[in-house]
Amino acid sequence: MPTMNIIQAVNNALRIQMAAEPKSIILGEDVGKFGGVFRATSGLYDEFGEERVIDTPLAEAGIIGAAIGMAVYGMRPIPEIQFSDFIFPAFDQIVNELAKFRYRSGGQYPCPVVIRTPVGGGIRGGHYHSQSPEALFIHTPGLKVVIPSNPYDAKGMLLASLRQDDPVLFMEPKKIYRASRGEVPEEDYTVELGKAKVVREGNQVTLIAYGAMVSVIEEAAAKAAEIGISCEVIDLRTLMPFDIETITESVSKNGRAVMVHEAPQTCGFGAEVCTSLYERCMAHLEAPIQRVCGFDTPFPYSLEHEYLPNADRVLGAIRKTLEW
Amino acid sequence: MAEGQSEKSQSSERTVPPPVPTGPAFSYFALDEEAKAHGLFQLLDEDGTFDPANTTRFDKTLSTDLYRGMLWTRLMDKQFMALQRQGTIGFYAETLGQEAASIGSAAALEPQDWLVPALREHGAGLYRGMKFESFVAQLFGNADDVTQGRQMPLHPSDPATRYVNMSSCIATQIPHAVGIAMGIQAIGDGSEVCMGFMGDGATSEGEFHVSMNFAGVRKCPVVMVCQNNQWAISTPGAGQTASETIAVKGLGYGIESLRADGNDILAVYEVSRYAVDKARRGDGPTFIELLTYRVSAHTSSDDPSRYRDESVTEVWRNQRDPLVRMRLFLEKNGWMNEAEHEAMVAQIEMTVRETADRQRNVDMPLLRSIIEDVFETTWWRLEEQLDALEETLSK
Repeated sequence: MPTMNIIQAVNNALRIQMAAEPKSIILGEDVGKFGGVFRATSGLYDEFGEERVIDTPLAEAGIIGAAIGMAVYGMRPIPEIQFSDFIFPAFDQIVNELAKFRYRSGGQYPCPVVIRTPVGGGIRGGHYHSQSPEALFIHTPGLKVVIPSNPYDAKGMLLASLRQDDPVLFMEPKKIYRASRGEVPEEDYTVELGKAKVVREGNQVTLIAYGAMVSVIEEAAAKAAEIGISCEVIDLRTLMPFDIETITESVSKNGRAVMVHEAPQTCGFGAEVCTSLYERCMAHLEAPIQRVCGFDTPFPYSLEHEYLPNADRVLGAIRKTLEW
Repeated sequence: MAEGQSEKSQSSERTVPPPVPTGPAFSYFALDEEAKAHGLFQLLDEDGTFDPANTTRFDKTLSTDLYRGMLWTRLMDKQFMALQRQGTIGFYAETLGQEAASIGSAAALEPQDWLVPALREHGAGLYRGMKFESFVAQLFGNADDVTQGRQMPLHPSDPATRYVNMSSCIATQIPHAVGIAMGIQAIGDGSEVCMGFMGDGATSEGEFHVSMNFAGVRKCPVVMVCQNNQWAISTPGAGQTASETIAVKGLGYGIESLRADGNDILAVYEVSRYAVDKARRGDGPTFIELLTYRVSAHTSSDDPSRYRDESVTEVWRNQRDPLVRMRLFLEKNGWMNEAEHEAMVAQIEMTVRETADRQRNVDMPLLRSIIEDVFETTWWRLEEQLDALEETLSK
């Protein structure tokens, strides 16, 4: 089985989809001849042509607005927003149009648009190449939100997103685009949306994260194991709709939990996860659930490593739940 | 039988297509780009005067259809506005004074074409065959409404006639029209065209410019129609743009831009037909400004006497009425007499009244519909929320 990084896995999924489905079309800034600033669409312009891999003018509202029109027409567009920091000119199109089209038309106009966009910090990108705006979109009914943490899931969940009829915001953790490598089958497969994954089993503290933070909690779990603390590691994978059963089961078992994400803490997705767990696991909890998140500040440039959650901060939170 | 325009003649009934006009007014299309965007194409003046060499396309069938479409729009608007005032429906917006712009442009489309509406295109949707019963159900937001009462009145949805469902946002629909046209370009059989509508206010929004730019670059088969009714709620044209005309805005995007008298349905039809035929040939997009006037209030929630000189409105209401002008054309050609007109009015009024009476008695949508269509299937949180509400209601 070949080894791929996340970029290669995404590229491979796109190639499979474009070959299998003539109604799929890729559009975005620099996605054609250049193959995207991160190379996610590399080679697809040559293989599928200028009519199906479209270099658009520089206007995010136009990219998403045109993709919506294409979906209304019956196509399965795959727009790329170059960085999720630049998604906001298209916010109105995503929130008021894409997310509501099925609902407001009584199901007559589903809008199967899959928006791919790199997300997150850790690449020395400062305010405008580092943000994690997922909560803004999870808070918009009608959008599915997916953030894979590894190449296998990236390919399988992208293909799954492309083969269902709801709009999906597919956020790709850019810090680990190339750093995360693993075995990925060449063939076509899907990984079901809405299912979390228990990455590591443990019986004292449940650690929950998604995207680039999954490797951080894995590292924290390894460090904890060295001092005799057993942690269960859960990768949420799909944030909307999220898998309540897997996390409820784990937290009910362990009675202690730490929620980690790099987006700002206040009103971050962790707040929703924690509240949902309190609603279901109150009788089993031994300590308040801890959150390790980005600061409630704009994303800083020089101090980005201090801003981002790391294994030591997670370990501190693990200790807190045990010492409470 | 309550189909909006069920009596509309089908163009397929015609065996010989009407001759394309070559009268003097058509020299407009040979003008340079600047002159077209600054000019005003007109075939029928306020007194109903016309040069027969310019109107060869308008035989009795098409002319009567166009008039009936405008009359239908005006009469139903009047009844529905009255129902809104009685509190029977929640909201309404009339097309009063703009019927020619709305109907004449959409009339240039073929059944396979797409229509992306703005606020005052419901009459055009009905003209193209949207079921009147379904349209009225949407006004009431009841269980017969295919959209399950999810939006305010006047947001119909009809895939069968390719009438796309709109939001209440301004200009957000314009990139959708371009996207549909890009879809036609990518996988269509070349027979389809997309027509997208907007008001003058929408041309101030970013998405207008973004969409014009996309359409210009991609050269896709889209016709963008701006109904310049000179008012965006209370903001007049001069407060909206310093541009000499709306049409010239298209030139910066490399798009041929036309300007016509929006109260002259023959002129509206011909500029639209020119643009639609051009798009269908693969010769790219066109931007059309239709100069008209919003004689009515913006919507049932508006009171224009607070912000505009209604003596100007009266000039448009009394001297520039698009229906009066077209009726004169029909009469001068001997295609409609007083008795026929009265019969047409009576038939429309009765259909509107009967349909409204039926639909006002239909139940509201089922409670469960509140959680459906967010996604293709519901998810646990939505079921949980509905369960909690049902439990509360059952106590």
